[in-house]
Amino acid sequence: MALLSFERKYRVRGGTLIGGDLFDFWVGPFYVGFFGLTAAFFAVVGTALILYGAALGPTWNIWRISIAPPDLSYGLGLAPLKDGGLWQIITICAIGAFVSWALREVEICRKLGIGYHVPFAFGVAIFAYVTLVVIRPVLLGAWGHGFPYGIFSHLDWVSNVGYQYLHFHYNPAHMLAVSLFFTTTLALSLHGGLILSAANPGGDGSLRNKQDVVKTPEYEDTFFRDIIGYSVGTLGIHRLGLVLALNAGFWSAVCIVISGPLWNKGWPQWWNWWLDLPIWS
Amino acid sequence: MKLWIPFAAAAGVFVGAAIIFGADWDLPPVDTDQIGYRGSGMYHTLDREDQAALKLANVAPEPPYEADPEGDRAKDVYENVQVLGDLSDDQFTQFMASITEWVAPVQGCAYCHNEENLASDEVYTKVVARRMIQMTQHVNEDWQAHVAQTGVTCYTCHQGQPVPANVWARNLVPGEKGTGLGWSGGQNIVNKAAGNTSLPSNALESYLLEDKPIRVHSLTALPNGENPNTTKETESTWALMMHMSESLGVNCMTCHNSRAFNDWDQSPPQRVTAWHGIRMARDINQSFMTGLAPVFPDNRKGPEGDVLKVGCATCHNGVQKPLYGVSMLQDYVDSLGSKTNTDVPDFTTYKPGETTTMSPAKTTSLEPAIGAGEGATALASAD
Repeated sequence: MALLSFERKYRVRGGTLIGGDLFDFWVGPFYVGFFGLTAAFFAVVGTALILYGAALGPTWNIWRISIAPPDLSYGLGLAPLKDGGLWQIITICAIGAFVSWALREVEICRKLGIGYHVPFAFGVAIFAYVTLVVIRPVLLGAWGHGFPYGIFSHLDWVSNVGYQYLHFHYNPAHMLAVSLFFTTTLALSLHGGLILSAANPGGDGSLRNKQDVVKTPEYEDTFFRDIIGYSVGTLGIHRLGLVLALNAGFWSAVCIVISGPLWNKGWPQWWNWWLDLPIWS
Repeated sequence: MKLWIPFAAAAGVFVGAAIIFGADWDLPPVDTDQIGYRGSGMYHTLDREDQAALKLANVAPEPPYEADPEGDRAKDVYENVQVLGDLSDDQFTQFMASITEWVAPVQGCAYCHNEENLASDEVYTKVVARRMIQMTQHVNEDWQAHVAQTGVTCYTCHQGQPVPANVWARNLVPGEKGTGLGWSGGQNIVNKAAGNTSLPSNALESYLLEDKPIRVHSLTALPNGENPNTTKETESTWALMMHMSESLGVNCMTCHNSRAFNDWDQSPPQRVTAWHGIRMARDINQSFMTGLAPVFPDNRKGPEGDVLKVGCATCHNGVQKPLYGVSMLQDYVDSLGSKTNTDVPDFTTYKPGETTTMSPAKTTSLEPAIGAGEGATALASAD
């Protein structure tokens, strides 16, 4: 991909966290840096191990390939490669690759002199993953509590882990996370719709349908003030979107990490605190 | 002044405190059973403190003493012994001592007997107890698909209480008033028989008394019009499944792989035992509990006047194998191990305080019918 004429001025030296000038270069459009190399290394090794695991497994059907974690009997120890050891090494590679990618984002932010919002947001996604495959298994005392790496198999895991607690929809953090995911999509669709409506004011130039001009943010604000009495504003909508999305991921992590370590019964039973309130019990 | 702020803050503090201190949180470490293949998520995590408490609450008592199976038969020694007559005198006395400890340790013999005349059936609990002994024999002989050789005794359910702790009766649902808000189908109130969910209240009646189909699962990935069941039916099934899980202290994974609830080949073998258990509970409720309705006084019935019935929790009491699989039956094989007299009297004729002998007209244990005398003698000599 060709370098765009205005991009050159953003390609400044420095801002690296590790490696000084050594890896401070671009390959085509991509900034490399030390963490670009580590990201590539972990991604390649992890993917190769997944392919090796698939070769050991019973199928090449892309949907059914699965790299499963060890049996619970291995606890927090290492397992033989074919009995979950692959899963353990692939997990290390995955975390290495994800964290490298986040730190590469940090280096780019430093070069550009912008905030760390993007790497922070990605960090929340990494946190959710680490919660699933490290924090919760450690709390429960066995790597076998991690989820298997496979398209169908990880869905089966999600289903079964939910049913371990009889009715996961009664998990209060799951309720919050689901609500936040829905609210995120609602906010994004309202925002997308509003921006497109201001940028596409209508009118095809025919008869009384004169070609109109693109509208300013004042129009966008006015639309929401007219309809709900309040506009969060041009910057505010992006803060709101980020907060909603990060909370969705964060509460997802919370809802699974409390299932097992902090709660071993059916989730419906958690609500006994409500039934037992001194108001009516 | 903005009054809503202190009110909202107070409500937040109150609810937060209720959640933190009111919910029965567990803490690591936990123990986990692995049920399925690694990584399938078929695990069951168990809190150590909760398990220790359950172990303490479900201990099988030892027999009071070892009974001598030799000697005179109880039916020859005592009057009106209809079901346990083939026990030896010593076995019979020992069984009476045991059943007192199992069912009425506080109330003693007088809970079932007129102490002036132990043979009389005038106390209703004696009539019920006799029927329950028949039931126990029936379960141990005919339901080994569920109770195996472990079997059950009175203590399995009663655990020292005249009425077992975990029984159910028809639920007083709010009714169908306010249909403007839609038909609730018995939902949206606390269903104590189904793990405190808001699932349909009277699901146990549908499945453990009536035989409404439980398996509502579609067998194809996409709808093909062959499965008439809707979400409504799945809610009732789920209520029964909740009842089973909470009754046994297990989760869905004990019997199912949730990727295909319906598929027996993917299900753990415990599902077969549970399948028989559902039918056993239904049989007990249909053949034994409901028939005793004329005998039970009102204070031993549910809020809608039906008899108290058994569910899974009645025997299991929160444990997958009742009393942790300890077979009390092995000490009571002669009394409870197999069916003896299976005759059922006409309970509608029972008058508490008046009926001295509650037995079916054709019963042979008290007044041998003409011609049956030789057979009875032959049996007695065979002993």
